[in-house]
Amino acid sequence: MATIKVHGHHLSTATRLVLCCLEEKQVDYELVVVDLAAGAHKKPQYLALSPFGVVPTIQDGDLTLFESRAIVKYLAKKYKGQGTELFGNSLSEEALVEQWCEVEGQSYNSPASAILFQILFVPMRGGTTDEAVVEMNVEKLVKVLDIYEERLSKSKYLAGDFFSLADLQHLPTTHYLVTACGKGDLISSRKHVKAWWEDISCRPAWKKVSEKSS
Amino acid sequence: MAAIKVHGFHASTATNMVLCCLNEKQVEYDFVLIDLLTGAHKKPQYLALNPFGVVPTIQDGDLTLFESRAILRYLAQKFKGQGTDLLGSTLSEEALVYQWCEVEGQSFNPPVSTIVSQILVVPRRGGSTDEAAVEMNIEKLGKVLDIYEERLSKSKYLAGDFFSLADLQHLPHTHYLVSACGKGDLISSRKHVNAWWEDISSRPTWQKVAENMKVN
Repeated sequence: MATIKVHGHHLSTATRLVLCCLEEKQVDYELVVVDLAAGAHKKPQYLALSPFGVVPTIQDGDLTLFESRAIVKYLAKKYKGQGTELFGNSLSEEALVEQWCEVEGQSYNSPASAILFQILFVPMRGGTTDEAVVEMNVEKLVKVLDIYEERLSKSKYLAGDFFSLADLQHLPTTHYLVTACGKGDLISSRKHVKAWWEDISCRPAWKKVSEKSS
Repeated sequence: MAAIKVHGFHASTATNMVLCCLNEKQVEYDFVLIDLLTGAHKKPQYLALNPFGVVPTIQDGDLTLFESRAILRYLAQKFKGQGTDLLGSTLSEEALVYQWCEVEGQSFNPPVSTIVSQILVVPRRGGSTDEAAVEMNIEKLGKVLDIYEERLSKSKYLAGDFFSLADLQHLPHTHYLVSACGKGDLISSRKHVNAWWEDISSRPTWQKVAENMKVN
């Protein structure tokens, strides 16, 4: 069976989410680097695979799939019974995984990515960080993290007492917030969020993906 | 078996997405009104169900679930084999459903909900529509719809030649865009998007729900 091809970039948060999932599921893959700095993701060759011109896209036999959160759901289903179980063990547990995945995608991601964008990407492109935008998004993120703190005081992981896609989806962006944006206090000031973060960020699959520099 | 309880608001797009799905799956439910106009969604009683203080939330036996897109996927899985199949017929088809569901949630929803909020909601709260924000989001939405036009020129529905959750997720906001915001041209100017919209919005399961969403 042909190996899964991942078209993406090792520094992209969405690509890292997919790579980490593949590692958790113990699935072989080949990373095909899309040179974002050179605008490769907006060239016709890549747009033919993924019309929105964003990474990652995977190819698994005849199936071409984009949107990292859809890709990880597909992988979790296809490789059920292999590697780490990422969808819980019952329909109700799966539903709670989906719920917290949506919370990440709809409530956590937007302010967290806005902070990353201002602090990391804007200066890289020669601009100046807009501190007001950072502040506004830190405020939004704080409200979400307060709810996480309450949840994680009752539950070891987001969907229940089992690691799942919902926790995995938080790894790439939170890693950059903590290690590259100086916003680690948002995590470390919340006892249960901190314990959860220390647990999930030490997983070997994540370490393998985040420590790779090329 | 106790009917599923849906805590929601009749004009809420997210609530109506869930009601439409329940209709498609032919599942009975009890509707419990959470009156957003009186701030019921921010009161302790509701926050105990849903700490984010948004609608809808469902209760199915012991399970309490929020986030409309997660509720949709739960219902589609639980009631597989009953009513309309909303996840395709194979794992690959299901993957494409997830893909286009994510496109709706990540790329379609942000601009369209900003447009609807600025045109419908802001004036009702005593503010004025920010026309620049509307223009900017129409541009963003236009780019997304151009990609949909290309996709729908090759495929009857978003995930393939079968109606799915991915199409269903688009119903509530597009309904407001077209019928209450005067932005129907965004849809009608694109041949395949228009045909797709006419098809999915004429489904009886949706028509029943759209009754809740009449705007004066």
